[in-house]
Amino acid sequence: MKPTISKMKGALALGALAVSFGTVSTGASAQEVRFMCSSDGNECDTYREILDKFEAANDGITVLIEDVPYKAILENLPIQLAAGTGPDIAKVTDLGGLSQYYLDLSPYVDGAYWDANFGATQPWYRKSADDAGIYGMHSQLTVTGPFVNLTLFEQAGVEVPGNDADWDTWAAAANKVAKATGVTYPMAMDRSGHRIAGPAISYGAKLFDDNGDAMLVDDAFTAYVEKFVGWHNDGTMARDVWGGSGGSSYQDAKAEFISGDLVYYFSGSWQIQKMSESIGDDFDWKVVGSPCGTGGCTGMPGGAGVVGFEQTEHPEAVAKVIDFLAQQDNYNHLTAKTLNIPAHAGVASAPVDYIDATPAASQALNAFAAQVAGISPIAIKYQGYKHNRAMFNITLQRVSQAIVGELTVEEAMERAKSDLAEAMAATE
Amino acid sequence: MLGLLTSIMRVFEIPMAFLQRILGIKHLAWVFLAPNLILFFLFAFLPVFLNVVYALTGGDQILLRDRAFVGADNFAVLASCDNYLDPNTCQKDLFWRAVHNTGWFIVLQVGFMIGFSLLTALVLNRDIRARGFFRSVFFFPVLLSPVVVALIWKWILQRHGLMNAGLDAIGLEPVLWMLEREWTFFWSVFLSIWAHMGFYTLILLAGLQAIPRDVYEAALMDAATPFRTFYRITLPLLMPTMLVVMVLALIKGVQTFDEVYAFSGGGPGSATTLLIQYVYETGFAGAPRLFGLASAASIMLALVLVVLTGLQLWATRKNADG
Repeated sequence: MKPTISKMKGALALGALAVSFGTVSTGASAQEVRFMCSSDGNECDTYREILDKFEAANDGITVLIEDVPYKAILENLPIQLAAGTGPDIAKVTDLGGLSQYYLDLSPYVDGAYWDANFGATQPWYRKSADDAGIYGMHSQLTVTGPFVNLTLFEQAGVEVPGNDADWDTWAAAANKVAKATGVTYPMAMDRSGHRIAGPAISYGAKLFDDNGDAMLVDDAFTAYVEKFVGWHNDGTMARDVWGGSGGSSYQDAKAEFISGDLVYYFSGSWQIQKMSESIGDDFDWKVVGSPCGTGGCTGMPGGAGVVGFEQTEHPEAVAKVIDFLAQQDNYNHLTAKTLNIPAHAGVASAPVDYIDATPAASQALNAFAAQVAGISPIAIKYQGYKHNRAMFNITLQRVSQAIVGELTVEEAMERAKSDLAEAMAATE
Repeated sequence: MLGLLTSIMRVFEIPMAFLQRILGIKHLAWVFLAPNLILFFLFAFLPVFLNVVYALTGGDQILLRDRAFVGADNFAVLASCDNYLDPNTCQKDLFWRAVHNTGWFIVLQVGFMIGFSLLTALVLNRDIRARGFFRSVFFFPVLLSPVVVALIWKWILQRHGLMNAGLDAIGLEPVLWMLEREWTFFWSVFLSIWAHMGFYTLILLAGLQAIPRDVYEAALMDAATPFRTFYRITLPLLMPTMLVVMVLALIKGVQTFDEVYAFSGGGPGSATTLLIQYVYETGFAGAPRLFGLASAASIMLALVLVVLTGLQLWATRKNADG
């Protein structure tokens, strides 16, 4: 027994020595940067590819990518940041809502380069209108809009409505196609307050009052909600999406579209990669313009951005990582590999050579990119508004209740107004 | 190995002897209790205390230093209602919808679960063929994760699920089980009963087996009918166990969240939103995060649980006293 104990003691001593050496050597130079990332497709893998190059070029900085579900970014990250235990970098979508935690990159990066290439999206990340800091690299510009199953239109012998068609025209066409082909769902829209905002703005909703304060409900917004609820009641819209869930939970109809059981699907550009990969040659599909109304033919802009956080112990390393990702070659690779619309002006100035994109995916990307110029200023303001998530959630909750008949549209809109007032009071 | 253990014990011997000398043998018990007490303080008492403090503050900040003291405002907001039977008249209509849903959920779930569990226990207590197999079958769902339970039933009940495929096969129209408020609520109760009744069946089975056989033999000699035997012997002697089962089921019912949330997300609308989901959505998933309101709601829920736990203790003691 004695030799065993002395062997153990020897091993412990060696281990302690190794640990103390390790601590000394790593403590002197290595900086580990934690990057919380979530993927719609292959984003996090592509970041890893690019950051491998970064690590090779920057001895002593390692980037640990934590690949998490999107829900963790929405729900866990804000709590972690508030408690001071967040990561160093994250890919976020609540751009304005988390702005109080962002690290200002301007002391560490070339401001002129960032202004020239990310000037248009920087206001979404800033704390206030008079803030001039550089906070995040908008990694993917997204636009909401409709996907159409062309094969079903062809089988039904129905002409695909033109780019200036309104919601009623699309609803009538989608119903005709569904009836002729026997598919279950004529139309569907993601269960999201963000998704319904574009159509409401197209209907003339202002969302903000004359002073620029959040208002959400006005006559035009109510009119669109009335239409939307009516479409759920008459079977035009897939009730399974908005009417099949509760609370603030997100629900999409990607599976229904991919299985060929849905004619018209209002979602957004981030779905392209999944659509392209999953549909393959099963049927023809394409992206069309957002339906029109008195307020235009707009979708909602959005997307995700890579930001650093003030609470990091390695601000310079964090800025270096984000700046590396933002360099034109790297950004171009990220865009091409993940099939996204670029928010980098330099990359967007020339056609992106998308990697492994099918003809349908290329058409879809170009169609969404073409809609960027036509996005309503209200939609742009809404996307950058600090408390937009509160407005999205209120919309989601109250419109869902109207759809399932718990509230009338009028009651739902009254509740939405009082919810917004309470939310604004709580954030003051 | 014994030598190694002896060496380890020797390492502790010196400090323990020292502590015994300082504290005396009487107070040494506190040294052994300390680890558990510290853990209890950190993970049970402190969170409860913090919850009360948060309930008295407002705003959307998480750090207490950034939160304003609002007194009982959060409780007042939750309680503000013209007619408690109509959530639409309440300031926090979603809270009261959740209260109503939870109330109905408990009444139906606990009532039917005890009924089914008793029936199952009575059958499984008889000398039937493959009794061991059936006992395992009824207990199996208890071992499943709540999310798995929810997903299984979702696959069965969704529009293109197994249930509608079955209806279609026999020429009937499909039913939108998960889109109609009443149906979704019914299935939420159903899946919850399915997932938990095995546990209560097991307790009742143990209670049934504890009833002396000679009482039944005496009843048989007196020519008592099976119904009379059940009503006059089984039920009274099983009552203490039934009481414990009922209180346990009540507490578990009030705490229901995961399986219903994973099954329906609280929808359609708010048809299956239960109180715990309301707390979760208000404090964590919503925007802004109203920690104060969520804490106040959870304290109100905790008060209900305290009453139910008191009832359980009373029932258990009564049972022990015979």
